[in-house]
Amino acid sequence: MTDSILRTERLSKHFGGLRAVDNLSISFERRKVHAILGPNGAGKTTLINLLSGELQPSSGHIYYEGQEITNHTPEKTARIGIGRSYQKTNIFTQFTCLQNCWIGAQTMLRTSMRFFLPASRLRQVRMQAEKALESCGLTEKMNHAASSLSYGEQRQLEIAMMLSTGPELLLLDEPLAGMGSEESTAVVGLLRELAKERTLILIEHDMDAVFAVADTLTVMVNGAELETGSVEQIRSSPEVQDAYLGHRDRTER
Amino acid sequence: MKKTPGPIMLFLLLCIGLLAIFPLVGDDFYTELITKIMILSIFTISLDLLIGFTGLISFGHAAFFGIGAYFLAIFFQDAEQINYWWALTLTLSGTALASLIVGWICIRTSGIYFIMLTLAFAQMFFYFFFESPHFGGDDGIFISSKPDLSIAAEELVDLGNEHHFYYFVLTWMVAVYLFLSMVLRAPFGYILVAIKANEQRVRALGYSTQYYKLVSFVIAGTIAGLAGFLEAAHTSFVTPAYLSWHESGIAIMMVVLGGMGTLFGAVIGTFAVVFLQDLLPAITDHWQIIMGGIVIAIVLFLPNGIAGALYSLHALLNKKGLAKADADD
Repeated sequence: MTDSILRTERLSKHFGGLRAVDNLSISFERRKVHAILGPNGAGKTTLINLLSGELQPSSGHIYYEGQEITNHTPEKTARIGIGRSYQKTNIFTQFTCLQNCWIGAQTMLRTSMRFFLPASRLRQVRMQAEKALESCGLTEKMNHAASSLSYGEQRQLEIAMMLSTGPELLLLDEPLAGMGSEESTAVVGLLRELAKERTLILIEHDMDAVFAVADTLTVMVNGAELETGSVEQIRSSPEVQDAYLGHRDRTER
Repeated sequence: MKKTPGPIMLFLLLCIGLLAIFPLVGDDFYTELITKIMILSIFTISLDLLIGFTGLISFGHAAFFGIGAYFLAIFFQDAEQINYWWALTLTLSGTALASLIVGWICIRTSGIYFIMLTLAFAQMFFYFFFESPHFGGDDGIFISSKPDLSIAAEELVDLGNEHHFYYFVLTWMVAVYLFLSMVLRAPFGYILVAIKANEQRVRALGYSTQYYKLVSFVIAGTIAGLAGFLEAAHTSFVTPAYLSWHESGIAIMMVVLGGMGTLFGAVIGTFAVVFLQDLLPAITDHWQIIMGGIVIAIVLFLPNGIAGALYSLHALLNKKGLAKADADD
């Protein structure tokens, strides 16, 4: 048996008649990069929202480190070490970059219900926030307002915020979306670096990036799992070719 | 999270200084009026914690002001001597409990529903006091004596003396400002400001935002109760009007005009509105129209209120200073 960190069991999410996620049982291995592929509307973001607690499943179970977390709230999910980044940039725009990561880093306190000493004295929190910014190449922008950053930099800040809480498992929803090629390369490098110590679950449309970093791939179609396997397996799978990659090839050539 | 710039800090100290010497040079009418304004300021500062820092627009904040006042009145209306410490402790715990219960329910909603719920609770309390014969009904309650502020039988301040009361309230106002500044600089305050900016993201980072909002609501309610206590002690009289939605509405106006999210802006807004209410009727009978015009003008042209204008002025002067320094090179 492989070392699974996160596992879903017959997980489903229905919106009215739409089965956004349908009977999905996937096991995510520790310290591996597991990418989720699929055409638009396949239910990838819904899956991430279920895993992060932002949506409650219609049926099925989620287990993290053997513990059931199916009905965890987002804050509880984050506290046990599951961090996430958003497809649509979701930052505190009027804060500086450091302040953005500060809020995340402050989760290292058992509680932030502290009323007396200034937060700025918390050296450990500052160090963790700065470390998160540094790993995303934003050290120089530390004191700039997030709203003044370029789109690509805001995407990097999105990842830095996720890292600032020190998560064990990362849920990344299209981290490369809208980035220039140079920024993309930097972030792919960062993902590789992160994968050394953490587990990554990644949604991404950039195939080159996915094939470069992923250990395992799952292809989803209409909310269901079509196939799971290594990069080689998925690349050569006729079903996947037909359902997803095939379309792509035909339209591009 | 933003620091108050030096010059603005200096300006505030100057204002405190002016307030401190006013009773020595000003006349008694205005000394009493300013006492009233400073009590109201304590109330509006507490509302700014909710509106300007937590993003909770309470339309029923006057309820806690009124409950604070009624606590003093109900328990001590016939007392020959009111022990200040005991009365204050009772009032603050009572309003804290009331705001905990109201907050616990209201916090489950947001946006317009939160506004409606806080308003509904305030109206409930208003009619409770308005219609209860035991608590004075619509006539209100007179309090026959002033709280006695003594330590070990030594009277520190004579609250029956208008000048003493003035300094007593000034001290409370500065203390409340400093207390909330401290809370907002602490880890708790950082989370509040983040909740106002993007609550969903704060949850996703791992905070139970409900509890932070609730604690903020209780702190604000308790301070509003303190203001009510001071008002009741000042006038020796409470009336259900303290809890009316007019009071809540005017308090929001004061915070918005003064500048949300700065604490001191609420104080400036309170002074501005009360002075306008005092001065305008002397000019014309239709002063409410002018008042409305001023409110509209400030909201349109100074979207961050008077405090926001101070910040802009400071930024502008800084820029000019820099430009001048460049030209000198």
